[in-house]
Amino acid sequence: MAAGSDQKKYKVIGTRPIRPDGADKVTGRAIYGADVQLSGLVHGKILRSPHAHAKIKSVDVSAALQAPGVLAVVTGADFPELKDKIAQLGEGAVNLAYLSGNLLARNKVLYKGHAVAAVAARTANQAEEALKKIRVEYEPLPAVTWVLDAMQDDAPLLHDDIHTDSMGNKSEKPSNISTHLHFETGDVGQGFKQADVVIEREFKTASVHQGYIEPHVATALWNTDGRLKIWTSTQGSFTARQQTAELLQIPVSQVTVVPCEIGGGFGGKISVYLEPVAAMLSRQCGRPVKMTMTREACFEATGPTPGSYMRVKIGATKEGKIVAGEAYLAYDAGAYPGGMIGPGCMCVFSCYEFPNAVVDGYDVMLNKPKTQAYRAPGATHAALACETIIDELAEKLKLDPIEFRLMNAAREGTRRVDGPVYPRVGLIECLEAAKASEHYQSALKGPNRGRGVAAGFWFNIGLKSAATANVNADGCVTLLEGSTDIGGSRASIAMQLAETLGIAAEDVHPAVVDTDSVGYTDVTGGSRVTFATGMAVYQVGRKIRAQMMERAAELWEVDAASVSEADGVYSSGEHALPFKALAVKLHEIGGPIVGSASVNPQGSSNGFGVQIADVEVDPETGKVSVLRYTVIQDAGQAIHPSYVEGQMQGGAVQGIGWALNEEYFYGEDGQMKNASFLDYRMPTALDVPMIETIIVEVPNPEHPFGVRGVGETPIVPPVAAMANAVYAATGVRMRDIPMSPPKLWKALAEKESS
Amino acid sequence: MKPFDYTAPSTIADAVSLLSQHNGEARVLAGGTDILVQLREGLREAGIVIDVKKIAELRALDCCSTSGLTLGASTPCAEIYGNADVCNAYPALTDAARIIGGWQIQSRASIGGNLCNASPAADSIPALIALNAVALVAGPSGQREIPVADFCTAPGRNALAAGELLVCLQFPAPSANASSAYQRFIPRNEMDIAVVGVGSWLQLDESGQTILSARVALGAVAPTPVFAAEASDWLAGKPATEDTYRQAGELARKAASPISDMRGTAEYRVHLVGVLTQRTLAKAVQRAAG
Repeated sequence: MAAGSDQKKYKVIGTRPIRPDGADKVTGRAIYGADVQLSGLVHGKILRSPHAHAKIKSVDVSAALQAPGVLAVVTGADFPELKDKIAQLGEGAVNLAYLSGNLLARNKVLYKGHAVAAVAARTANQAEEALKKIRVEYEPLPAVTWVLDAMQDDAPLLHDDIHTDSMGNKSEKPSNISTHLHFETGDVGQGFKQADVVIEREFKTASVHQGYIEPHVATALWNTDGRLKIWTSTQGSFTARQQTAELLQIPVSQVTVVPCEIGGGFGGKISVYLEPVAAMLSRQCGRPVKMTMTREACFEATGPTPGSYMRVKIGATKEGKIVAGEAYLAYDAGAYPGGMIGPGCMCVFSCYEFPNAVVDGYDVMLNKPKTQAYRAPGATHAALACETIIDELAEKLKLDPIEFRLMNAAREGTRRVDGPVYPRVGLIECLEAAKASEHYQSALKGPNRGRGVAAGFWFNIGLKSAATANVNADGCVTLLEGSTDIGGSRASIAMQLAETLGIAAEDVHPAVVDTDSVGYTDVTGGSRVTFATGMAVYQVGRKIRAQMMERAAELWEVDAASVSEADGVYSSGEHALPFKALAVKLHEIGGPIVGSASVNPQGSSNGFGVQIADVEVDPETGKVSVLRYTVIQDAGQAIHPSYVEGQMQGGAVQGIGWALNEEYFYGEDGQMKNASFLDYRMPTALDVPMIETIIVEVPNPEHPFGVRGVGETPIVPPVAAMANAVYAATGVRMRDIPMSPPKLWKALAEKESS
Repeated sequence: MKPFDYTAPSTIADAVSLLSQHNGEARVLAGGTDILVQLREGLREAGIVIDVKKIAELRALDCCSTSGLTLGASTPCAEIYGNADVCNAYPALTDAARIIGGWQIQSRASIGGNLCNASPAADSIPALIALNAVALVAGPSGQREIPVADFCTAPGRNALAAGELLVCLQFPAPSANASSAYQRFIPRNEMDIAVVGVGSWLQLDESGQTILSARVALGAVAPTPVFAAEASDWLAGKPATEDTYRQAGELARKAASPISDMRGTAEYRVHLVGVLTQRTLAKAVQRAAG
């Protein structure tokens, strides 16, 4: 169901054609990273730290080199020294020393699972057996895995050369706090004075993992001519190329990255873990080397999203107007600086008008794997804090929770605490759609049941995209793009080109090609592909259209200015031909028609969403069942509504898992105790109802078809919506996430006895 | 993972001889749903894997109203819950067989394997103990019987001596007015391991109002599955009421000595023993009453 304005009528956009990659995927023929087979292929395996924090005193690989089948062994010492080298990696500056240190540890291991050495052997089993022969002498150090503990002065220090950067000022002593961010608007002191109700609460969340079903996998061939080719499962073939080139200190053009089909990424498949290691092993042994991570390594040594501590305070007048907000956010970054605290700070108050607000954020290092993006990174945490307090305020003020949100909702002209002023955005429309929904209008009856709502915001970025299209002799169009397809974007991009050209979606054949075959394209992330790569193909389409008009004039021997195009039909006087028929004729009389374009839109397309959760809690066990769940979201313009709905449903389910059971469970020894899908409990199909969706369409003025990104916003509200629903069902406010059965039962028992 | 040999004998004698010959480095493969994972993840090693699915006695599924049930050690779960007689007479067993893994696992995984793997959280073992099952074991010096309640000795360890093979599980013939139930608590609805599991069996008098005798067994609350003797004994002669089940739950909690881990705190697990004892007793009474 789609609500909202629909000013333009499209022929292709808004329809639901079969996805171009569908047949290959449902028949098992699609080539994923694990399917790559090359002549002479050998297998690489990684030795990982058994300690959460330790000095590496020595590494002896001599016995491993002699082990059966072994062809190469590498350690951090085989890679270029990259001290204080900064690289621009598309999504911001990265200190390469940290990237390199995370790839293979030097001097110190900083978390359990930290890679120490790698072996290539003829078989995977031989490589594994050889790992056992590598002698590493460790000096174990105290470890810290909770963000507030890591911030203490006497906490075990991870890096002795990192000092807290507090708005340009560096701390005197080295610290686990790499950055202190501060945003301020208005006068918070004055603001709270105007408040009739003030609520301040503390929140904790555990680290959670993206949980993509396909483990990281990469194959590298360092050819004798010095050229390096990599087949990998990645969200960005160009960033994989650049990171690999930087870590190996070779020119980017020496590297070709072939993106394979990807079995989920959600932000976790942007950083490279295996590619440069496989490359170095290949250089040593002269063979293609394939590396696949275990699930345990995916949990222990890739990039989960931060654990967090948050303290948030919001004040409102008795009429229901928010007057002030204050937030203290401490997010763990994992073992290296540069976590998700920035977006956390920008998102915490992003859904409402806060005339006065102050936000302090801390990026904190500790003995966990380096955090990476996970769908709206940092925003879900912040939304839990803000939206729980908003819910409490609404209750105190005896206002309907949606009504209270509507009274304060961010709109065109609202200034976010970090500065930007919103253009036309769709939060109010989402709240209205939620309020009017059959779900919200129907009563929830029965004991131990409750309903919660929450709103959420994510920026959605632009950045660089390129695309090329070739008009074939039969009038169909081949589209080459560099955006790896993790969520159905081949369809949504092809449809935008089809719409631009006035042809059927099925007449555009999209292909995600390697880094030598298309212009530079940033990662598939930040909900940017349908927006930015869509913009690129719109330009491609306009260029092809212009060429078609010129060539039609030649064909018809008329003045070029007399040729026009409408709905894919080209005409001049008595001449008129649809795109395909004209393309066939043009191919017969002249050179091929090709269009290429590249774009680099800046700023954000501002996606808002609202979610409604109905739950039932078993008071004897603390187990939460989700009875009904609706996701409402502004998509700007849904290109392929099925994939928009899929994103909305998928994000909500991941957020429900985060709320209820998912967590990195650490022991006293700083080791993760549940690095498997058995004990890291993501929801299964039996744990959630069919997620209902309402697509709201408030077109984005910055895009030719009005697209806003949709992939990330849906994971922002769920944790808060579930916490609010559990409160409604039980009277207990859960502020320590996940609300796993042992914790919720304990909270219920404490409420009972008090 | 080291390379290993594979063999599939067709008689108990051959299997026992192979086990004796390769003492210490032989691993038994029934459904393989535990051992293959353990070998791949390096949790166990094998010089030789002995597949016992080709031995007829180990694939038995004989359910008889007078002599009871003989369940071959490698008979897969799906066959067990696919048998209507077994479902009627031994519902705690089929409750467990239905929730061990998904359909694909259930077509391979066996109750015998679940028992020999000796996980404290194994779903079938509390049901087997509640149903008073006995393990028939073959070894170099002949056959012997081990009550299931004594079969597991520590996490991942069992009472089998060198060269011994679990042949089958023998269940007493069904009693009149008796039934059973197994339930576990898991945070999700599938794909999960028991935080606590409880199996209960009981027999009612002819009126259906009074419990004549009962057996309650607990999983995931001690190094091995445990028989809750005090609760079981106390139930004899008590009225079949919610209050009785609740009190039995209180007593069963005393038999639990759990640890705190990523699946739940010790305090929570003890609490769940009470809840699940109560729920399985109520379910067994409901079934016994028909």
